[in-house]
Amino acid sequence: MTLLAAQDLHLWRGDLHVLRGLHFELAAGQCLQVTGVNGAGKSTLLRALAGLLPLESGTVQWRGSNTRADPHAYHSELAWLGHGTALKADLSAPENLRYSAGLRRQCGRADMDAALARVGFSHSDGRLARQMSAGQQRRVALARVLLLDCALWLLDEPTSNLDSGGQHMFDQILSAHLEQGGLAVIASHQALAVPAGRLQGLELT
Amino acid sequence: MNWVWFHRLGSPPHFFRIAGRMIPWFAWLAAITGIAGLIGGLGLAPPDYQQGEGYRIIFVHVPAAVLSTTAYAVMASAAAVGLIWRMNVAHAVAASSAAVGAWFTFVALATGSLWGRPMWGTYWEWDPRLVSELVLLFLYLGYMGLRSAIDDTARADRASAVLALVGVINLPIIHYSVDWWNSLHQGHTLLKFGKASMPPSMLVPLLLMMLAFTLYFGAILLVRARGEILRRERNARWIGEAIGAGS
Amino acid sequence: MSARTPIKVSPARAGWLLVQRDLRLGLRRPGEWLQPLLFFLVVTTLFPLATDPQMSRLRDIAPGALWVAALLSSLLALELLFREDGQDGSLEQLAVLGLPLSWLLLAKTCVHWLLTGLPLVLVAPLVATALGAPYAAIPGVMAALLLGSVALSLIGAVGAGLTLGLRRGGVLLALLVLPLAVPVLIFGARATALAIAIEPMAAPMYLLGAIAVLSATLAPLAAAAAVRISLE
Repeated sequence: MTLLAAQDLHLWRGDLHVLRGLHFELAAGQCLQVTGVNGAGKSTLLRALAGLLPLESGTVQWRGSNTRADPHAYHSELAWLGHGTALKADLSAPENLRYSAGLRRQCGRADMDAALARVGFSHSDGRLARQMSAGQQRRVALARVLLLDCALWLLDEPTSNLDSGGQHMFDQILSAHLEQGGLAVIASHQALAVPAGRLQGLELT
Repeated sequence: MNWVWFHRLGSPPHFFRIAGRMIPWFAWLAAITGIAGLIGGLGLAPPDYQQGEGYRIIFVHVPAAVLSTTAYAVMASAAAVGLIWRMNVAHAVAASSAAVGAWFTFVALATGSLWGRPMWGTYWEWDPRLVSELVLLFLYLGYMGLRSAIDDTARADRASAVLALVGVINLPIIHYSVDWWNSLHQGHTLLKFGKASMPPSMLVPLLLMMLAFTLYFGAILLVRARGEILRRERNARWIGEAIGAGS
Repeated sequence: MSARTPIKVSPARAGWLLVQRDLRLGLRRPGEWLQPLLFFLVVTTLFPLATDPQMSRLRDIAPGALWVAALLSSLLALELLFREDGQDGSLEQLAVLGLPLSWLLLAKTCVHWLLTGLPLVLVAPLVATALGAPYAAIPGVMAALLLGSVALSLIGAVGAGLTLGLRRGGVLLALLVLPLAVPVLIFGARATALAIAIEPMAAPMYLLGAIAVLSATLAPLAAAAAVRISLE
């Protein structure tokens, strides 16, 4: 069953007509990997799907209804991770999760520790986000995506700054998400190790 | 109610063509009423029994002051239409209206202060109308400053539209607060002239001048909006056809 | 998709969490919100130095000095309101949260007022006394500044949203916000002048209160629209 569908999307960045008439459909348990050279419009597409950019023409449908007609219902099932990790520099990892994931659902210390363990973040020693490396910050941001427990993931370059171990970790949490019937749209250059039947590719030119 | 005309107006080629046809009408009518108003105001109207010949500046000052707020209202309405119906043409009209409105505001301020010289013996008095005009000028300059600070036209359109709407809610409050402030410190308004006390020989030229200024505003607005649409749609195919056809 | 249902956290709880977060961040970095307060103190000190320091003369300029300094100080603080959240992606997260953005921004603006507006109210007795206000005038001066600073934070939030992420945003912010703040300045300074003269100050206070209520109603909506546009 198709849950996320884009029809005839046209997107501009400034004067540039970067996307011309894009179509895709994504069913439960499937992942769409968006690739393309720099400037091909990967981020623009993801931001438009998330509802952060206005659509000049075309529609994005979620569970059969237009996402622009009822953005709140759509957003409450959406986990978004953009270029910014949205971590506050002066808060520790658990504090960050408490205030960001907590805006969506009640999560206890145990949930947060479990999520941090799954993303391989091993420094829950109260250090602040400003003292973490870029890769560690990325892991905490992914822990937030896990905690939100949403059906749809929209992730823009989720594995940037991650080492090879982090890359492997990401493949695992993504596969688990798809196994449970989740959907994901991911802009990434790296090959995603998910079962072939679940992966769709979209190359932007 | 048939809304087809409204949606057709939202299409740039259609607006471009219609505006091109309307500009000569506005311009010629503005010229005719303006000349008639000037002859009536500067030649035929009698000197004021108190202010002598100096009062004749109202034939420029009052229309400019009226148009300064009208232009803001046009700008804010166009911005609202652009924001709600995502109509690019309306944003172009709003953007075109700002500079013209700012200019009318400046003219109203300059003529007001020149008029102040014979009346008050000074070029600047903290008269509530002049202060309101000054704040209005600042609002226009803020609007234009915001537009010029944003590179992306679509974002500039929407951001400045929000500012124009906030400004239009604020304008009456600002106007009232300035009046209130003035009433505490002076007790009377200096630039006051009742319409009832104005003889027809003065009133008719004044109304003609107001009409002339309004028509002139319409003409300039359409010229600027056409230019703005050309700039925005410079890659569109219809422009070649429109210009090629000698529109 | 069976097991997972849309997650609902009440807007009240989300707003409260945001208030907690921003307060905690503010307390971890006191320098940021202490600077506008110091600026307020320094500017009000400059007025007597630039004019005649006789108390009777100072009393005449006290309302103007107090309010112009408060206005500039709140303007200086406005850049802190959304800048960091815009840079690190937190505002994006708030925009796709599935809750009304205007409500979340109202929560943020409340904390911003607590950290930058309320301190001005609290030091107002000191400044007003130094400028020659009698002790009996202090409650009135504080009440006027309380209502006025709330309105200034709310109006400023719209400007901060519009200039979010712009180069040269600071000067532009001043150009956008100052004309809109004219009524607050007029009514606030008048209320303060009446308080210092120990006269009834109800009329300007009602008007100031009306502006604060109107701003609380409309400014978050405009700020949310502005922030969404700036995030594009």
